[in-house]
Amino acid sequence: MPDSADLVYAYDGSFEGLMCCVFESYELREIPIVIRHPGVPQSLFDTAKWIETDEHKAERVFNSIPLKISCQAQELVKLGFLTCVPHKELLIYHFLRLGFKVGNKVMTMLTDDTVHTLLKAVRHLTSESHKYKGFVRFSVYGEVLVAVIEPKNFVLPLLSQHFCNRFQNEEFMIYDKTHSMALIYQSQKAELIFVDELTLPDVDRTEVEYRQLWKQFYNTIAIEGRTNPRCRMNLMPKRYWGQLTEFATTPTIPTFPAAALVKRSQFQGKS
Amino acid sequence: MGCWKIDIFDKLTILSDSAKYDVACTSSGVERSGKPGSIGSAAKAGICHSFSADGRCISLLKVLMTNVCVYDCKYCINRVSNDITRVGFTPIELAELTINFYRRNYIEGLFLSSGVIKNPNNTTEQMIKALELLRNVYHFSGYIHVKAIPGAESELITRLGLLADRMSINIELPSQESLKLLAPDKTKESILRPMGLISTQIQEHSTDLAQYRHASKFVPAGQSTQLIVGATPDTDHTILTLTEGLYRKYHLKRVFFSAYMPVAEHSLLPSIDIKPPLLREHRLYQADWLLRFYGFEAKELLDEQNPNFNLQVDPKCNWALNHLEQFPLEINKAPYEMLLRVPGIGVTSAQRILTARRSGQIDFSGLKKMGIVLKRAQYFITCKGKIMQGLNITSDGAIRALMADQYKLPSPYPEQLSLFNEPFITRKDVQQCLTVPI
Ligand code: SF4
Repeated sequence: MPDSADLVYAYDGSFEGLMCCVFESYELREIPIVIRHPGVPQSLFDTAKWIETDEHKAERVFNSIPLKISCQAQELVKLGFLTCVPHKELLIYHFLRLGFKVGNKVMTMLTDDTVHTLLKAVRHLTSESHKYKGFVRFSVYGEVLVAVIEPKNFVLPLLSQHFCNRFQNEEFMIYDKTHSMALIYQSQKAELIFVDELTLPDVDRTEVEYRQLWKQFYNTIAIEGRTNPRCRMNLMPKRYWGQLTEFATTPTIPTFPAAALVKRSQFQGKS
Repeated sequence: MGCWKIDIFDKLTILSDSAKYDVACTSSGVERSGKPGSIGSAAKAGICHSFSADGRCISLLKVLMTNVCVYDCKYCINRVSNDITRVGFTPIELAELTINFYRRNYIEGLFLSSGVIKNPNNTTEQMIKALELLRNVYHFSGYIHVKAIPGAESELITRLGLLADRMSINIELPSQESLKLLAPDKTKESILRPMGLISTQIQEHSTDLAQYRHASKFVPAGQSTQLIVGATPDTDHTILTLTEGLYRKYHLKRVFFSAYMPVAEHSLLPSIDIKPPLLREHRLYQADWLLRFYGFEAKELLDEQNPNFNLQVDPKCNWALNHLEQFPLEINKAPYEMLLRVPGIGVTSAQRILTARRSGQIDFSGLKKMGIVLKRAQYFITCKGKIMQGLNITSDGAIRALMADQYKLPSPYPEQLSLFNEPFITRKDVQQCLTVPI
C-alpha cells in the first residue's frame, strides 16, 4: 500500500466512525498517519480527509475481526476505544492492520510495540473500572441514587452491567465528570447520555446521618498500631479521594428528626 | 433511652472497634447475579470499597452483633473479665445499617461476628434471626460472611451456613498448648469439629447442587480461619504446616494471619508495648501464597532446623538462593512451574511469558515490554542462552550478597518495613493477597 506521508483522517469520534476509517484505508489502499478526533483543534488550512460514518461499513469491519483475527481481538478493540491512551485511534488501527495480516497470532505478540501498548491501555481501563465498582459513592436524593466519578478512562460502559444488575429495583445515575457523560438507570432500563454539568440539591438529614455513620466506621476499623499511609495510597490513590464519602468534610445535620433507623435498642442478649 | 442517633452511632463505634482484629474482609469466592425484587449481587473476585488508614481493604461492614461475652480469652478485648461498655445491635438495626450502606455502595456486604451471649447455641440463634431478617425480609442478596461460634450445635451451624456466603471459625492460637493457656473456654476439638462439619456440608451441598438446581447453597464462598502470629511461642514452621493441613484436610479457602496486637496486660502474653510483628505476618502471607498458587509445599520452605522465616529475604527468594543449582533458567524453555519459582516472576508474568513464547523467542527487552520487573529475576534467568547484558556475576556467593544487599532493612525499625519495598510478588499480587483472595 502506498504511504501518503501526511494523510490525516478526521472522524466523528464514534466507534463506528473509527471502523469506517479502517474501511476507507483498506478500500483506497492508503495509510493515515493521524486519525483525528473531533475534540482536536484544527489549523486554519486544514487538509484532513473527513471520513463519514456509515453503519454498514462499520459493521463490515467490526464483524470481520472475529473471522480474520479472533473474538478476543474484537473485544480488545472495543475496550481499547474506551481507554485514555493518547492516539488510541491510530493504535487500534495499527493493531487491526497487524491482526489482519498475521491473524490470531497477534494476540500472543506481547513484545510487539503496538500490541503491548494496546494491552497495557486496556489493562489500565479494566483495573480502573474494577476499582470504581468499589469506589463509586451514591448519595440518596429522595428515591434516586446519584454518584459522581472522575475516571481517566471511559469506564461507564463497563460499570453499567455491574450496577444495573446489582441495583435492579433502584433508580440511579452515575455522572462521569471527566467525560461529561452519565449512566442513567430507571424503570429497569439503562442509558448513557451526554450531561454537560450537574448541580445537585442539598442532601437531607438521613443522608447526612448515614455519611457520618460510614465515616465513623471507616475511621474506627483501622488499627492504629498498623497505620500505613503509603500502602493505603498505593491501593487507593489520592485522585479518587475527592468523591469518596469517607474523606469528605462532614456536612452538618440540617435539623432534627427524620430517622430511618429504629429508635430503641431491643437487644435482649445482654446478660 | 435517649436519641437513636447517638445510640446507633455509639453502637457502631463500639461494635466495629471490637471486630477490627478479625483481618478477613474479603468478599470473594462466589458469583451471584442480582434478582428483580432483591438488592445485591456478588462478584467472584471480590470488591474492595475502600482502604483504611492501615492499608487494609474494606469490603464488608464488619461488626459484632454484640460485644457481650461470657468467655475469657486472654487476648481479646471482649473477654468477660474486661471492664468495658457492652452493647448490641437489634436485628432491625443491623439490617437497616447494612442495606443503607449497601445502597450507597459503601460496602459489598456484611461480616457478622459476635461475643458469646449466654452460650454458643443461644448466640447462634440470635445470629440466624438477624440474617433471616436481612435475607428474607429485606431481600438482601449481597455478600455475607458469618463467624461460627465454637461449641454451637451442628443443626444451628447448618442453618446459619445456609444464610451466608462464607463462614469462618478462628483458630487464633496455632497449638493446643497455647489454647489451653490463653483461651480456656475453647478446645481444639470445639474449633475443629464445626470446621469439619462445615467442610462436609459444603461438599454435600455442592453435589446436591449438581443434581438439583434448586438445592440451597451452603456457604458457597467456602470457609476461612485466622491465626494470631506472635502472641505465643509457636514457630512459623508450626503455623505454616498447620495452614497447609487446613487447606488439605478442610479445604479452607483462606487462612488469614493476624500480627498480635497487644490489647490486654497478662502475664502469659507478650508485654503490652511490643510492636506487632508485621513483617513476620507478611512473610507468612507470602508463604501462604506460595502454597496456594505457586506449587510449593510447606516443607520446602521451612523445617525443624530452620523453623522461622528469614526477615531479610522473602520465602521464595530464600528458596531460590538455597537451590542455585537449578538456575539460571532459560526463559524460552522453562516450564510454567519453574518460571513461577524465579524470584520476581509472579503468576501474571509467567502466564505472559507462556503466551509470548507462542509467537517467537523472547529477549530481555521483550520481557521489559511485557511488564516484567527484572530487578531480581535477572540473576536467575537467561534469554536465548544469554544472561542479561552488563550483569557481571562471578559466583553464587555474589548473587547471595546482591540479594541480601537489596534487602537491607531500614533499622532501627525493621518491623515498620512497608509491604511494597519488595517486588517479590507484584504490587497487584500483594493487593490481591491481602484483599481479594480466591
Ligand atoms: S469468645 Fe470471642 S469474643 Fe469472647 S472473649 Fe473469646 S475471642 Fe473474645
